[in-house]
Amino acid sequence: MTGATESYELDVDGRALPVAAAWLGESLLYVLRERLGLPGAKNACEQGECGSCSIFLDDVLVNACCVLAADATDARIRTVEGFGDADHLSDVQAAFLGTGAVQCGFCTPGLILAVHDLLDQVPDPTGLEVREAISGNLCRCTGYGRILQAVEEVKATRSGASGPRGESP
Amino acid sequence: MTTRSVGAPVARSEDPRLLRGEGRYLDDLGHDAFQIAMVRSPHAHARVLDIDVSGALEVEGLIAIHTFEDLPPRLQEPLPLLLPHPSLTAGRTQHLLADGEVNHVGEAVVMVTATDRYAAEDAAERILVEYDPLPAVVGPERARAAEHAVHDDVPDNVAAHLEQSIGDAPAAIGAAPNRLRFRLDIERSASTPMEGRGTYARWDGDDERVRLHTSTQAPTSVRAAVAAFLGLQLAQVECIAPDIGGGFGVKIMHPWPEEILVPWAARELGHDVKFTEDRREHFVSANHERAQVHWIDVGFDDDGRVLGLDVEFIHDHGAYIPYGLIVPIITSTQLIGPYKLENYRVVFDSVYTNTTPVSPYRGAGRPQGCFAMERTIDRIAAHLGKDRTEVRSVNFLQPEEMPYDFGLTFQDGRPLRYDSGDFPASLEKLKQLVDWDGFEERRAAAEAEGRLLGIGLATYVEGTGVGPYEGGHVLIEPGGTVQVSTGLSTQGQGHQTVFAQIVADELGVDLADVRVVTGDTRRFPYAVGTFASRAAVMSGNAIHLAARRVREKALRIASEALEVDAEDLELADGQARVVGSPDTAIDLKVVATLSNPLRYAFDESARIATQFANPGKEGQPPVTDDDEPGLEATDYYSPMSSTFANGMHAVEVSVDPDTSDIEVVRYAVVHDCGPLLNPRIVQGQVLGGVAQGVGGALYERMAYDEHGQLQNASFMDFLMPYATEVPSVDIDHLETPSPLNPLGIKGAGEAGVIPGAAAIAAAIEDATGVVIDAMPISPSQLHEQRLTTAQDRPGDTT
Repeated sequence: MTGATESYELDVDGRALPVAAAWLGESLLYVLRERLGLPGAKNACEQGECGSCSIFLDDVLVNACCVLAADATDARIRTVEGFGDADHLSDVQAAFLGTGAVQCGFCTPGLILAVHDLLDQVPDPTGLEVREAISGNLCRCTGYGRILQAVEEVKATRSGASGPRGESP
Repeated sequence: MTTRSVGAPVARSEDPRLLRGEGRYLDDLGHDAFQIAMVRSPHAHARVLDIDVSGALEVEGLIAIHTFEDLPPRLQEPLPLLLPHPSLTAGRTQHLLADGEVNHVGEAVVMVTATDRYAAEDAAERILVEYDPLPAVVGPERARAAEHAVHDDVPDNVAAHLEQSIGDAPAAIGAAPNRLRFRLDIERSASTPMEGRGTYARWDGDDERVRLHTSTQAPTSVRAAVAAFLGLQLAQVECIAPDIGGGFGVKIMHPWPEEILVPWAARELGHDVKFTEDRREHFVSANHERAQVHWIDVGFDDDGRVLGLDVEFIHDHGAYIPYGLIVPIITSTQLIGPYKLENYRVVFDSVYTNTTPVSPYRGAGRPQGCFAMERTIDRIAAHLGKDRTEVRSVNFLQPEEMPYDFGLTFQDGRPLRYDSGDFPASLEKLKQLVDWDGFEERRAAAEAEGRLLGIGLATYVEGTGVGPYEGGHVLIEPGGTVQVSTGLSTQGQGHQTVFAQIVADELGVDLADVRVVTGDTRRFPYAVGTFASRAAVMSGNAIHLAARRVREKALRIASEALEVDAEDLELADGQARVVGSPDTAIDLKVVATLSNPLRYAFDESARIATQFANPGKEGQPPVTDDDEPGLEATDYYSPMSSTFANGMHAVEVSVDPDTSDIEVVRYAVVHDCGPLLNPRIVQGQVLGGVAQGVGGALYERMAYDEHGQLQNASFMDFLMPYATEVPSVDIDHLETPSPLNPLGIKGAGEAGVIPGAAAIAAAIEDATGVVIDAMPISPSQLHEQRLTTAQDRPGDTT
């Protein structure tokens, strides 16, 4: 049931963005997509099961569908729109491109953030740690193999080794 | 020098945008549109007695409420039966909104339009619908028992009964030295793309036109349906498939009720309107597939050669049958796989149940057919104590027998006629890839560690690239950009990249200069759709043919401009140039400019084509009778029959002897779709298919209770695999070209999913000794079966 509205401000990708006269029950995903024009985070389940709406809230990876926007006024929010620009992909995005880890692309923004989160915290994860780290993200197209390969490439590149730019699946 | 790009693992041009979150899917459009929420039936079967909307009227933001009674007469007609068939004698389709009766949970009853989705859902929640529940028919066998009817006027619940045969199976089975009879079950599953259904419409009252964006695999057909329901001329309807977050078959169903209701509401309300399905709606309102029960009767000789095969099955098509008999016909015909069956009879009933309707999900009847055939071959091998690969080998159709006409009718109404493939060679590759002959050593090693290891394999043949046709348009702009369009839409297969590769090679231009548009009726209005692994075969070849015409025209114009013979020219590096003398050349963009005789020099580059600079040939008009302005061409590809891809999977599973937990430890694929246009994309398709096959074998099922309630309608309960569940996969390719099309290619989109359940069942059976005759299977089901088997065989230990 919609009720009283309030205006507030969110810190998104380093910009202070005003949210005018919004119902306080709106999810952060809804506010990002519908009020702030940032549709990079996707809505695929609205119950925190698929990871398609992953964003960073004060450097913690969360499902934006399960966060109230009005609760995030004191937090630093980062969305996929804050990673890479027209001329430059982040290393994780570039590895997804190079390995062929994208198909329909709907889950991709969430996975990009999940992989950044993993490698920023654990620079040298084991295979099982990688699978566990992205197991909050559903992908129906790729079967994940290429995504795992992309993680390995970034891992190798960041550690200074020359990452294999293979053509294998 | 432009290098050839077809066959190279080119990075996808689609991806940079998608990686930055700049993809624009249906719900990313129409920001200011009114939003629709549906009141859907909570009952599987009920009469609708009364609808009370009064409680919803005060909801702030409410715009409109529509029930069946509020719709104009044309919109009160049921949805079309998309694929009529002579055997489909009792076809029933749904209404846009329920007409006094609901036949599955999730059927739309009331449409609520509001300023935003929150308000629409608030209003929908306050609408009271009074139902009189009726007995629900759930499951194919209860449907055929016909204790209750789904539709009053179809008392036996049978929409269609179809029989096809080759030779005389019953006689051959009767005369065979060995005979086995058994039953095989496959449960319901669904495509379940990450993006659900969605439709957004804008009505332009000044132009009297509707522009429809919809998440569909068939935009041209949606356009035609909208025009028909709304009483518009085709010219008044534009339909565009934007970025689509996966389809896997479910979005070939059309028109969905919402695809008609949304543009109608937009016209009625004079405002943009959008419907975006939520996840629970998708589970109950978007179509499912797979549920079938099969009874097998097979006769064979002592080498394992199948002498006669008789298959009866029931296909559960749910509450309505808008997509006709495609799925069971595919099972009937593709069950044969790579085997030379000379006596085969198949008969099915397609039955109504009070569950979500059925239309193709990736594989479309083939996973069931593959399961039936491959489990049969495994039973024969077990009965005779033979290696499972040997029994397959003695039954293979041989490469020199191609093309081979089985004498059956395929899903496209054309003969079932295999065009290519080398099954013995594929099997040999698979055995190498998975080290089939070394398995017993691995089994012994696992046993020493207390693990049960098993291996299985499954083979399939997939009719791909079905007709009737697709088209392609290729245009070189005077600025040098090459514009390409085709009518079918794309759901993540990388079509923009692959089609650009085809054109770049034909025209000798840089890949980056080729722009591909799919699924936009404004650009290409003739199309069939994306299904049956057909996009690359159909549109790829059509675009190839169109590009070839553009090439010929470019060479002709260039030869006139350079005053050299066209046969001495080549297209490369964006130029037409003399072979061996590349300094004598003309840029393709100049050729494009010259192809269009001008009056006005609107910019500097246009001057060369204006009337005083380029008056044309004496005695001929500037555009001759057999020519057209512009460096562009349209062409179509329409095959005589489908092209048949094939493949084989082998799987090793490890079963925990205490818990019956099942782990896939090795997965090997040999795949033959002819020459690979882009190996990375083809392999990506195979890998994704395998993941869905693993899901379908071990995790995913639509858990209906006896009342027709779907018990697991969420990602929490419907166990789609995460990265933790999908094994790594080894892939090898055999490339036997198809003789049917210029590129020699066969479809690849669905292949990966087809043999998953059959191969994994075989591996589990091999690991545990328990006969697996129903899929999917969970660890607890396997455990029960192992206990039961142990009880039946006293003395055995598990």
